[in-house]
Amino acid sequence: MRKNNKTFPRQSWTFDEYTNSEIRRAAETGIYDIRGGGSKRRLPHFDDLLFLGASISRYPLEGYREKCSTNVILGTRYAKKPLELEIPITIAGMSFGALSGSAKEALGRGASIAGTSTTTGDGGMTPEERGQSNHLVYQLLPSRYGMNPDDLRKADAIEVVIGQGAKPGGGGMLLGQKISDRVAEMRTLPKGVDQRSACRHPDWTGPDDLKIKILELREITKWKVPIFVKIAGSRPYYDTALAIKAGADVVVLDGMQGGTAATQEVFIENVGQPTLGCIRPAVDALQDLDMHRKVQLIISGGVRNGSDVAKALALGADAVSIGSAAMIAIGDNDPKWEKDYNKLGTTAGAYDDWHEGNDPAGISTQDPKLMKRLDPIKAGKKLSNYLKVMTLEAQTLARACGKNNLHNLEPEDLCALTVEAAAMARVPLAGTSWIPGINNK
Amino acid sequence: MKLDLKKLKLRKVNETLQSIDPKRNNKNYTILNPEGNHAICVGLTDDIDITVKGHVGYYCGGMNQNANIIVEGNVGTGVAENMMSGKIHVKGNASQSAGATAHGGFLIIDGDASSRCGISMKGIDIVVKGSVGHMSAFMAQSGNLIVCGNAGEALGDSLYETDIYIKGKVKSLGADCIEKKMDNKHLKKLDKLLKKANLEKLKSKDFKRYGSARKLYNFKIDNVSSY
Ligand SMILES: Cc1cc2nc3c(=O)[nH]c(=O)nc-3n(C[C@H](O)[C@H](O)[C@H](O)COP(=O)(O)O)c2cc1C
Repeated sequence: MRKNNKTFPRQSWTFDEYTNSEIRRAAETGIYDIRGGGSKRRLPHFDDLLFLGASISRYPLEGYREKCSTNVILGTRYAKKPLELEIPITIAGMSFGALSGSAKEALGRGASIAGTSTTTGDGGMTPEERGQSNHLVYQLLPSRYGMNPDDLRKADAIEVVIGQGAKPGGGGMLLGQKISDRVAEMRTLPKGVDQRSACRHPDWTGPDDLKIKILELREITKWKVPIFVKIAGSRPYYDTALAIKAGADVVVLDGMQGGTAATQEVFIENVGQPTLGCIRPAVDALQDLDMHRKVQLIISGGVRNGSDVAKALALGADAVSIGSAAMIAIGDNDPKWEKDYNKLGTTAGAYDDWHEGNDPAGISTQDPKLMKRLDPIKAGKKLSNYLKVMTLEAQTLARACGKNNLHNLEPEDLCALTVEAAAMARVPLAGTSWIPGINNK
Repeated sequence: MKLDLKKLKLRKVNETLQSIDPKRNNKNYTILNPEGNHAICVGLTDDIDITVKGHVGYYCGGMNQNANIIVEGNVGTGVAENMMSGKIHVKGNASQSAGATAHGGFLIIDGDASSRCGISMKGIDIVVKGSVGHMSAFMAQSGNLIVCGNAGEALGDSLYETDIYIKGKVKSLGADCIEKKMDNKHLKKLDKLLKKANLEKLKSKDFKRYGSARKLYNFKIDNVSSY
């Protein structure tokens, strides 16, 4: 709109529309923005890596005929009964309370069809979830809401949660609207209170204590099931090393793109390291302690498709875990509810006020009417389809690289599109042999 | 039956106590030479009586259900952590986080308990005959914490619905914790718990009751300095 020799109206890069709206919102309400989901900013990610494929020096495997195995065993270090999964993609811990009972059931159904595990979350184990999940990982969180030794003994693995990628160093939050009678009872809280989860465990601090905590959990479960330790991507080398030293069977490492049920926006966007930057340091720690492939590494935070899976594995992970993608697969942010999203002042794909409990898709809610919108059987089928597609995609890429096992993928199969990704993943920038920080002479 | 931790591995001792056949097995056990070992008597499920002869390390009686455990010594961090039911009686002192997150049962500490006694407790009754350290009953959700001595700084910070009874002095109250009226109902409840701890000689009216002001139950920007 250029008028009277004036220049085109120019918006500021620094004060962009979103930033300004947030300043106005803060000024209006006097409270920071809380939301669900993971970091929304552009970060160096798996998209910045490419597979090289086979050539004269390496030959590919036949797409549909030659086998490419996908199974993974988690917890081979100490557990009498490690977790044997058909695919290296697990469902991450998402609490009942944040998600509805039927959403948890759908996750259990889908994961079981696909031969993988689901994980409980802050708030304990529901019968829906235990009933439908062939492999269920039970989380031990700082809040210990719903922590029950009977459930502990029913679990196929235990995950000691130390951090989440969305909020390394932060506790949890479940606002009053979502504390229904059932959620309140499971968490021993009055109905309708804002439930704050502590950020530190109540009965241990530091790696030496963690070792004893793990000993206790093993003694209670008779050394049968694996013990996972979940850490946020903040200091991946040291945290992985300390988790291994404390006796973890499996380290779950969640990068900053990792989703959350409800956290301050400022936390989600400004704390932690991108998933891509976390993997190599964690693998270094495993290798330095001679524990790579003995203690398994699960990577999460922004995993969306088979190529993300294949790239995480190529960088040294044993498996990946998905939260947000699993929610989308069962119907979260589906454009079919666009009108309802509009009523909430948002649009499909951007809806993230999960803590308010009004989810049109019936997933991040405790409202009985909205919950009915999710059919756990159909949603479970969708999740299993999606998990199968991801696995097929990963296999396709692995075969193209000449690998008969997803776990044979290696950094040498990759190149990077950006200098940042090359430095973080420690693979050469495309068209060069340059790995910034490694051979930068 | 005697279980000697000098001769038996911890796994063997716990295994024995975790797999009781009520018809065939003995109901009385004595653990000898605990020598500060961690995770003794964890994950028990049966109504058995155990006496531990000496000091123990972390998490003694962790996640206990039904068992009645007496420790004739001091206990390390997290005694009775996440206990569901049963009874644990510590004849000595307790380290930090005694009774942490416990959902039920009864914990008696004859001596003092260190910091964070009853942290995040969810229904247990705790009686400390001596004093408790700082941040006791932090985020405590349900149950009763009774202290016959004094309480350290920030008692009951961010408290939910636990009732706290203190006979001695309180160094300071945490955010959202206030002194509350002792009515008949509370006096009666306290009498019952004192009796259960063999403390009939103490008078419930000599205690003060503390609980949640419930001001932090729903976020309000004007309370922001308390968070
Ligand atoms: C709705 C929701 C609830 C969550 N609840 C928990 C939880 O209770 N405990 C936990 O450790 N992580 C929780 N997380 C984090 C996930 O376990 C996982 O780390 C994360 O979702 C992985 O990143 P992704 O969402 O990009 O796949 C939650 C995530 C979401 C989206």
